[in-house]
Amino acid sequence: MLDWLSDNRALVAAVIILCLVGSFFASIFYGLKQTRLREKDQVFGDPERTVGGWFWAVCGVSTLLLVWFYFSWGSARAFFPQAANELCQVAKLHEAVSPVTSSLAIESRYSKSKTLLVRNSRQLDELQARLPANVFSPADAARVTQVMQNTQQLISMMATPDFVDQKTIADIQAIKAGYAAITNELANPKPGWTASADALAQPSWGITEPEIPLLPISAKGAMYNALASDAAALSKDYLKIRNLAPAAKALIAETKTMITALKKSPSMDDGDAQIVKERADYMKAVDRIFKRIDDGKIFPAVVMAEMQVAVQTMLDQAERAKGSLGFVEMLFFPAGDIVKSRTQCTEQGPGRWLPKPTDVVAKFFALANPDVENGGGYKGTTLLWWKWLPISDVVSFLIPDATIDLLPGDYGRLNDAGRFEPNYKDWMLALAQGDVYLGAVPMLDGHIWDSLFRVLVAMFFGILLGVPLGIYMGVSRFCKSFFDPMIELYRPVPPLAWAPLILTIFGIQDDGKIFLLFMVAFAIMVISARTGASGAQLSKIRASHSLGASDRQILRYVILPNALPEIMTGIRISIGVCWGTLVAAEMLAGTTGVGFIENVARTVSDYELIWVTILIMGSLGLVFDLMMRWVIGRLIPWRGKG
Amino acid sequence: MADLKCTDLCMTFANQQTGAKVEALKDINFTLKKGELLSVLGPSGCGKTTLLNMVAGFITPTSGQIAVGDRVIDGPGADRGMVFQQGALFEWLTVAKNVDFGLRMQGVSEAESRDQVEKWLATVGLQGFADTPTYQLSGGMQQRVALARCLVNDPDVILMDEPLGALDALTREKMQSLVLELWKKTGKTIIIITHSVEEALLLGERLFVMAPRPGRIHKEYQLPFAEWGLKRSLRDIKLEPEFSTVREEILTMIWNMEEEIMGGA
Repeated sequence: MLDWLSDNRALVAAVIILCLVGSFFASIFYGLKQTRLREKDQVFGDPERTVGGWFWAVCGVSTLLLVWFYFSWGSARAFFPQAANELCQVAKLHEAVSPVTSSLAIESRYSKSKTLLVRNSRQLDELQARLPANVFSPADAARVTQVMQNTQQLISMMATPDFVDQKTIADIQAIKAGYAAITNELANPKPGWTASADALAQPSWGITEPEIPLLPISAKGAMYNALASDAAALSKDYLKIRNLAPAAKALIAETKTMITALKKSPSMDDGDAQIVKERADYMKAVDRIFKRIDDGKIFPAVVMAEMQVAVQTMLDQAERAKGSLGFVEMLFFPAGDIVKSRTQCTEQGPGRWLPKPTDVVAKFFALANPDVENGGGYKGTTLLWWKWLPISDVVSFLIPDATIDLLPGDYGRLNDAGRFEPNYKDWMLALAQGDVYLGAVPMLDGHIWDSLFRVLVAMFFGILLGVPLGIYMGVSRFCKSFFDPMIELYRPVPPLAWAPLILTIFGIQDDGKIFLLFMVAFAIMVISARTGASGAQLSKIRASHSLGASDRQILRYVILPNALPEIMTGIRISIGVCWGTLVAAEMLAGTTGVGFIENVARTVSDYELIWVTILIMGSLGLVFDLMMRWVIGRLIPWRGKG
Repeated sequence: MADLKCTDLCMTFANQQTGAKVEALKDINFTLKKGELLSVLGPSGCGKTTLLNMVAGFITPTSGQIAVGDRVIDGPGADRGMVFQQGALFEWLTVAKNVDFGLRMQGVSEAESRDQVEKWLATVGLQGFADTPTYQLSGGMQQRVALARCLVNDPDVILMDEPLGALDALTREKMQSLVLELWKKTGKTIIIITHSVEEALLLGERLFVMAPRPGRIHKEYQLPFAEWGLKRSLRDIKLEPEFSTVREEILTMIWNMEEEIMGGA
C-alpha cells in the first residue's frame, strides 16, 4: 500500500490538490454565509466575535497547503508530469549554447571582447606609468616600453575589422549558418521525433535521485535534445576560433622574442638582489598581460554583432517553439528554473529548497518505519517506537559502582587451586555494573521520544524549582532583591551562548541538554510565578488575614491559586521556548533527537528531511499548546472573570 | 465580646518624595460598646479608611492604641472581621469554600463547618448557591457571600469599608436592610465606612462625621433611624422630616469642609 502510494505520488498529489481546491471554495462559501448570518451579532472589537469559525481554519489550512503544492512545483508534477523532462531538454540547449552566449553581450551587459580590451589596456597604461627608473638599463627600458606598445597595438589590430583574417570570417559564417539551421528546425520541426526505449524506461519525475529523468520522453523533448547536441558541436567550433591575422601573428612572434631576451638580459645579474627581484616582478606583469592578448580572443564588434543576432534569434525561436510548454512553465513553475548542469537536470528555486508535500510525507513514513535494520528510522534509531530496555541498565544507572566498595568485607580472591571464586560482594558489583540479566521492560524509544523526554524533564524541574522561587520572590523583599540580579543576568543570554560551557561541564549526554532547557524553563517560570504572586489583590490578602489565616496558609491557599493563571501562561510560553532551544542543544552534540536529524539534514542539504523535522516540531508544539489551552480552561475557569 | 476602645490615636504618613508629613489622623478617642452600630462619614482624605485599617490591624498607629476589651490590637486577627467594597472573594473557590475559609484555616473539620456554612448562607439569603463558583455571582450576591464569610468566623467586631458602594440603588437598599437585620440577629459591634449620607444615617446608631487636615472626629450623633429600620421600611424613614433635617445638616457640614479644602488649595 505505502509503496504503491509512494510510486504514484503524482497521482495522489493530483487528487489531494483537487480536494484542497474544493474545500477552499466550500469553506469560503460557508464562511461568507455564516458571516452574513452573524453580521449583527456583536459590535466590532467584542472578543465574542472571534468565537468559533472552524470553516476559516479549514480555509486557512487549504490555502497553506495549496500554496505549498504550488510553490514546491507539486501541482506541476501532479498535472504535467512530462513538463519537467521537456524543460530539461530545453535546458540542455541553453547549456550547449552557454559558452557562446557568455562571450557575447547576451547574458551580460558587455561582450567578452569589450571586457578584455578595456581591462588589459588599462592595466598596460598603469604598468607603463610605474616603470621603475633605475632598475632597467636605458636600452632595456626602451625595449620594455616597446613590448608594451606592441601589446597595445595587438589589441588595436584585433579590434579593427580591416585586420580580421578571411579564414576567421569564414569560420564565423559557418557557425552562424549552423545556428540558422537550428532556428529553422525549431520554427518548422520535421515530424518523426520519438522517445527512445531507454528514455521511456526511466523512473518518472520525483521517484529517484536525481529527480528529473534526463533522456527525452516526448517528441518535443527529443527535438530539443537533438538540437542541443548540434548546438554543443557549434560551441566547440566557436571556442576554437582565433582572431589572428598574419600581421598580428608576426607582431606576436616579434614581441615574444623581445620578452624572452629581456628576461635573460645580462643586466639581470646585478649584485643587488632587490633590483633583480623588482625587474623580475615587472617583467612578469608585462608578460602576463601579453599572454592574455596573444591567444586572439578579442574580436571586432561588427563581426560579433552578426553572431550575436544569430544566437539571439535561435534562443528566441527556442522560447517560441516551447508553445504550450511555455505556458505551463510560466504558470506552474513559479520563481525558478529547471537547469541542466553536467550530468543531471535539477530544480532550481523553490522546487529545490521547498520539497513537495507528498515527498515530505513519503520521507516521514520512511523515517517512521520502525524496522531499523531495513532502512527504517534515522541513523539507527527509530522515530517514534519502543524497545525492550534491560532492567540491569536501569540498575547500573541508579547504583554507582563505588557504593559496592562501601559494603563490609573484601572482594573475592584466587583460591589455592588457581581459580577465582566470586563472593557476594563480587555479585553485587556485577549487579551494579549491569552485568546481571534481570529481565526487560518495554520502553519508549526514538528520536521524537528522546526530544520529548528532554523537554518534559527540563519542564518538570523548571516548574518544581521555578514556581516556589518565583512565589517567594513575589512576597519577600529579601528573596526578590537577592535573586533578581542573578536571574535577570542569565536570562537574556541566548541558550546557545551557554551551550559550549554546559557541554564542557555536563558532557554530551542527555543531562547537558536537559540542563540547558532547564535554564530556559526555570527563568520563565520564576518570572511568571513572581508576576502572579505579586499581582495578588491587596484586599484578598487582607481579607484572608482577617479570617485568621497564617502566613503559610495565605501562601498556599490564596497567593498560589491567585498566581495560577500566570503560572499556566508561563508553562505555555516555556514549553514553546524549550522546543526552540532543544534544536540548538541537539545540534551541538548527540546522536538522537529531532534537532540531531535536522542538523545532519542541514549538512547534506536534504531539504525534504529538514522540512520533515520542521513539521514534526511544529506539530508537537501545536499539540502541546492545544493541551495547555484545554488544561487552562479546566483548571482556571475564573480567568478574566475575577 | 467586649468594648472597642481607641485612645489618643494618631497616624502620620511621610511623603516618600518630599518627606513632608501628613497627619492622617490626630487624637482620636472613642469607645464603642459591645453591640453598637457605628457609621463613619466624611469627605475624601479625612482618614476614614485609615481608621478602619488600624482597627483591623493592617497598619500600626504612630501613637495611641486600640483595644478590644483588655487586648491591645497588634495585628490582624479573626476577632475582627472585614468586609471590603469589592467582595475580595477567592474566585477559584465555590461559595461554600469561600464561606468556610476561616474555619478551614483554623482546622475545623469539614463536617463541623458544613452546618455553620449552611446556616449563614441561609441567613444572607443564598440557600442553594453553596456549590456555585463565585465568579458567576452578581455584585450583590458576592457581597452577601463576603458577609457570610465574615460572620461564620464569629468575630467580636465587624468592619465594613464602603461595603455597598459598588452596588446599584435597589440592591443597595436591600443590602442595607440585610445589614440591619444581621446586626439585630447577631448583636455584633459593627463599624461601617460610607460615602453616602443617607446610608450613614440609616445604618448608624452612632455616627461620626470626620474632618480632614488633620483627620479628626468633627461631630458625633446618636441616631434613632437604625432602630426604626428594624421595624419599618427604609424608604418610609427617608421621608420622615426628622431624617431630612439631619441629612441636610450633615450635607451642609461636609459641603463646607470640601469648600474649605478647595479654597485652601
